[in-house]
Amino acid sequence: MNLVFYIAALVAIFATLRAVLHKHAVHALLYLIVSLLSVAVIFFILGAPFLAALEVIIYAGAIMVLFVFVVMMLNRGEAAVQQEKEWFRFRTWAWPSVLVLILFVEWVYMLWRGSAQQSFAGVTQGPIQPQQVGELLFTQYLLGVEMAAMMLMAGIIGAYHIGKQKQKSYHRYLEEKSDQISISENKTQEVI
Amino acid sequence: MNTVIHIIMIILILLVLLTIAAGLIYVERRMLAVWQDRYGPNRTGPFGLLQVLADMVKIFFKEDWIPPFVDKKVFIIAPTIVMMAVLMSFAIIPFTPKIGVVDLNIGVLFFLAMSSMGAYSVVLAGWASNNKYALLGGIRGAAQMISYEVFMGLSLMGVVILAGSFNLRDIVEAQRKIWFFIPQIVGFVIFFLAGLAETHRLPFDIPEAESELIAGYHAEYSGMKFGMFFVGEYLGISLISALVTTLYFGGWLGPHFLPPIVWFLIKMFAFILLFILIRATLPRPRYDQLMSLGWKLLLPLSLLNLLVTGAVVLYGHL
Repeated sequence: MNLVFYIAALVAIFATLRAVLHKHAVHALLYLIVSLLSVAVIFFILGAPFLAALEVIIYAGAIMVLFVFVVMMLNRGEAAVQQEKEWFRFRTWAWPSVLVLILFVEWVYMLWRGSAQQSFAGVTQGPIQPQQVGELLFTQYLLGVEMAAMMLMAGIIGAYHIGKQKQKSYHRYLEEKSDQISISENKTQEVI
Repeated sequence: MNTVIHIIMIILILLVLLTIAAGLIYVERRMLAVWQDRYGPNRTGPFGLLQVLADMVKIFFKEDWIPPFVDKKVFIIAPTIVMMAVLMSFAIIPFTPKIGVVDLNIGVLFFLAMSSMGAYSVVLAGWASNNKYALLGGIRGAAQMISYEVFMGLSLMGVVILAGSFNLRDIVEAQRKIWFFIPQIVGFVIFFLAGLAETHRLPFDIPEAESELIAGYHAEYSGMKFGMFFVGEYLGISLISALVTTLYFGGWLGPHFLPPIVWFLIKMFAFILLFILIRATLPRPRYDQLMSLGWKLLLPLSLLNLLVTGAVVLYGHL
């Protein structure tokens, strides 16, 4: 299983780097999907098959499809790639890289000291079954679930409010005849 | 030794599935002809059986043309995704107690994950083709498949509640007393409709509606790349039929005078024929009609089904 973990981890790191560095939006998104899939494999190996399945269904399957969908609709082509190239200068990525490097050094230091092993000890207690996850969600973490639900509800209401204002269509067949229009039409006919 | 037997079984299942998918092209054309009072392919070989072979040879030898304006990498990857996703899903199907690739304790979820991966095939093919009709097809496909995945998952949960497991073998074993399509008739109908939409078969083949979008997302494809979409669609039909059989019609269970695998195949082919019969009879709805059917009727119904099933199971436990 260790070998599988290292392969999946390497794929995840490579794909994530490509997702950040790629200049073409759709290709970058595809790399991000690959990275999510390999993270799902890692979850599976760690003994959380339910989480792995949800990772694929929700992140790789639903959310990323919507991302691809939006990028597809915008379909900006070569101009966007040129713009990305201009934005991607040394000045832009130098400081973030330094910050990441600091974190990386810290992480390596912790692994080296062995203190991280204690925090990883709780992870591998054997596979966690879907029933256990469900029970935890509806007992210990009920408050979190409810709060997430409220936030999503707010999102839905907001989206509905923004999308509610219908654009009026002037097609002669598709036009929905509201009262005002029919009245004004009658008036014009009377005038004529 | 066990591993070798397992690998041989996997290869055999793969070969049988691909043969079934190719054979379905002939079955579909003949059955459509029967239901529409005409002959169908009947010239090549006995009863036109060799027509499939001729078509296959043709499609392999066609020029594999990649138009110069497409996004080449994505264009090539897109058709492989649908084949991979569908064939991976077959891994969880228990054909009999002994025949099956893997005994996964999250089987149902694995199927849902793979079917959501399949949506990428349509989306990416539509986008990479760099063609207005293909893009429209891809957009329609994405919206349709994401929406119908929602209630496909929800309708399955009724079965999961009754069986108390995501494992397909446990689900089949739980149907020894009564097949789940009787207590879960609503779930069954919703799952079947969602399955039609997921495989974008006619009535719901809106992403490729040939009278509006030429061929939709695969308008630019030719040769074996088109063939992959084509075979992928038939594999998808077989997959949904196999799943309906497993989840709602007792899988391999049946009276003892026939072996389990025969029962499974009989049930599966009955549903494949139902798919073809629906294609032969129903016209295609408009795109917005499909969407409002999904969100305004099927989603509340599947939630209600889930609620009632949960309440009944809970009441039984008390």
